[in-house]
Amino acid sequence: MKKLFLSLILSMSPLVALAAGAAVELDHIETDITDKASLQRGVQTYMNYCMACHSLEYARYNRVAADLDIPEEIFAENLIFTDAAIGSLMQNSMSYDDGAAWFGAAPPDLTLVARVRGEDWLYTYLRGFYQDDSRPLGVNNSVFANVGMPHVLMELQGLCAEAPHAVSDRRFDPLTGNLITDGGCENYAVEGSQTKAEYDETIYDLVNFLDYMGEPYAKDRERIGWMVFAFLAVFLVIGQLLYRELWKDIH
Amino acid sequence: MSTNKPAFMQWLDQRLPVTNAYEKHMSKYYAPVNLNFWYVFGLLATLVFANQILTGIWLTMSFVPSADEAFLSVEYIMRDVEMGWLIRYMHSTGASFFFIVVYLHMFRGIMYGSYKKPRELIWVFGMFIYLVLMAEGFMGYVLPWGQMSYWGAQVIISLFGAIPVIGDGLTEWIRGDFLISGITLNRFFALHVIALPLVLALLVVLHILALHEVGSNNPDGIDIKKHKDEQGKPLDGIPFHPYYTLGKLPMIIVFLFVFCGVIFFFPEGGGYFLEHANFEPANPLKTPAHIAPTWYYGAFYSILRAVPDKLMGVIAMGAAIAILFILPWLDKSPVLSWRYKGWMSKTAIVVFALAFIMLSYLGGQPVTDLNTWLARIGSVIYFGFFLLMPIYTRMESTKPVPERVPAK
Repeated sequence: MKKLFLSLILSMSPLVALAAGAAVELDHIETDITDKASLQRGVQTYMNYCMACHSLEYARYNRVAADLDIPEEIFAENLIFTDAAIGSLMQNSMSYDDGAAWFGAAPPDLTLVARVRGEDWLYTYLRGFYQDDSRPLGVNNSVFANVGMPHVLMELQGLCAEAPHAVSDRRFDPLTGNLITDGGCENYAVEGSQTKAEYDETIYDLVNFLDYMGEPYAKDRERIGWMVFAFLAVFLVIGQLLYRELWKDIH
Repeated sequence: MSTNKPAFMQWLDQRLPVTNAYEKHMSKYYAPVNLNFWYVFGLLATLVFANQILTGIWLTMSFVPSADEAFLSVEYIMRDVEMGWLIRYMHSTGASFFFIVVYLHMFRGIMYGSYKKPRELIWVFGMFIYLVLMAEGFMGYVLPWGQMSYWGAQVIISLFGAIPVIGDGLTEWIRGDFLISGITLNRFFALHVIALPLVLALLVVLHILALHEVGSNNPDGIDIKKHKDEQGKPLDGIPFHPYYTLGKLPMIIVFLFVFCGVIFFFPEGGGYFLEHANFEPANPLKTPAHIAPTWYYGAFYSILRAVPDKLMGVIAMGAAIAILFILPWLDKSPVLSWRYKGWMSKTAIVVFALAFIMLSYLGGQPVTDLNTWLARIGSVIYFGFFLLMPIYTRMESTKPVPERVPAK
């Protein structure tokens, strides 16, 4: 038993180191899942670049179509690349074993990734790929060191020559006021089709979509919450009146 | 009872003690007139218990207790079941609030000496409720089969392995397997939805029966039965119903504001009520970087980790819970409430409460040198509070307790 406990601790130590290494500064964003246009752009990016490896298997196509105000026919025609029916779960055709064999670790399902990692982590991670020839796929990541994932969005972002900086690293020359460093990626080893600002927008939309994905009922939840509060407020007045009526004989 | 009782009630009363029970436990159960804010938590615990039972029944309708489908079925409840997310959040938030109200309820008992003679059994039954509640909460947390469900269970069950000789066999017997597996999940499901709730309900009945036999304590620790009017009704007592039922509505609604605030606006409770890592399905091959128990076990987990040796740590943790059972016999003070106790008892209670909060917090934090030392200090205070109680409650001088409830 002691051995198991020890091996448990030992097996955790590289992960602890990894987690400690992952404690890089994250760029912060405020997601807004009421921004339907952003969510629509996000689902478009997701379906085209991510879905082949990362399923969203707890969600259904038609629910996403309805929530994002996309007509079902348009959604089915443009965003479903399998023969799945519009009401089915958003699965892909990569098996767990294939994924594990190809990338070292099977690409995880991402339905709930925003609730596991948080929006800032995703936003920084997806902008954190850089060239590293020591890695099997030639890329590494500033947030998730030695990740098995290739830089799928390279044709959009290009490939950063070295680990990108946090946005808060943005610095100006104190004398001239010129920008010295902008934060993010400084030098590109490969040019992409989008500018840095455009790519940041793309990732914002994608993360926004994943945030929606984690809790698609979040807005319903808050809406009903306000109604419950309104009910309780009225109920409190009645309760207080009842209390006074009851206790006036006692005090 | 008056003679103008409806015929049906007369018929019923001749066959079942309905009116009798209602009068004994509600309308003619006399509770002290001076019960304050702290006396609402027993009622709230009952309310949360009802919430857990009801939402639990509805969750069971859609939950699939198997290693392959448990996680999936929880997300099915959250997404595809009509209002399923609400039922699930009510249940998950209810679990944490159960512990919040029970801790406050227990603290009330400590402040006002509600465990002291003649209420020792009420306290002991209450402690059994707390013990079963911990088991219930632990097994419930395993059911969604997320990463923290799995690894939390792995760590907690492995603690039994520290017991000499029978340890390894015992852990296997609890798990039903060599590792946490679908078999473990299935038996925890059975225990969580049937066995433990039944035991809990029975214990609640015993807790209340014992309470109604001797009557409620109060913030002054005065025995209201000493002074009765000519009809035998305590002069400082008022009927439990409606004064402490409907009369507590404002406080219940304030509680509901907080409870619903979490359900509708912060269902994850900042990662304390629903841990982030638990949104990832259980993976026996991937140990999370940081395994922490849910916050309500934090204090005991801290005590476990504060002791360098594993077996001694497990013993310390067990002792920390066991010592609560004998609290009624540790307090030697002639008075019940801390209002009439000396400065030593008052200080001890406040410091103990602060230490308990600190230990609970540390239980969720990673191990560092500072945290370990803080946990050790907290553990010493925790045990010191109980072990020194026979001494400081005897030494200190107490204030005289008034005969009647003082007028405000």
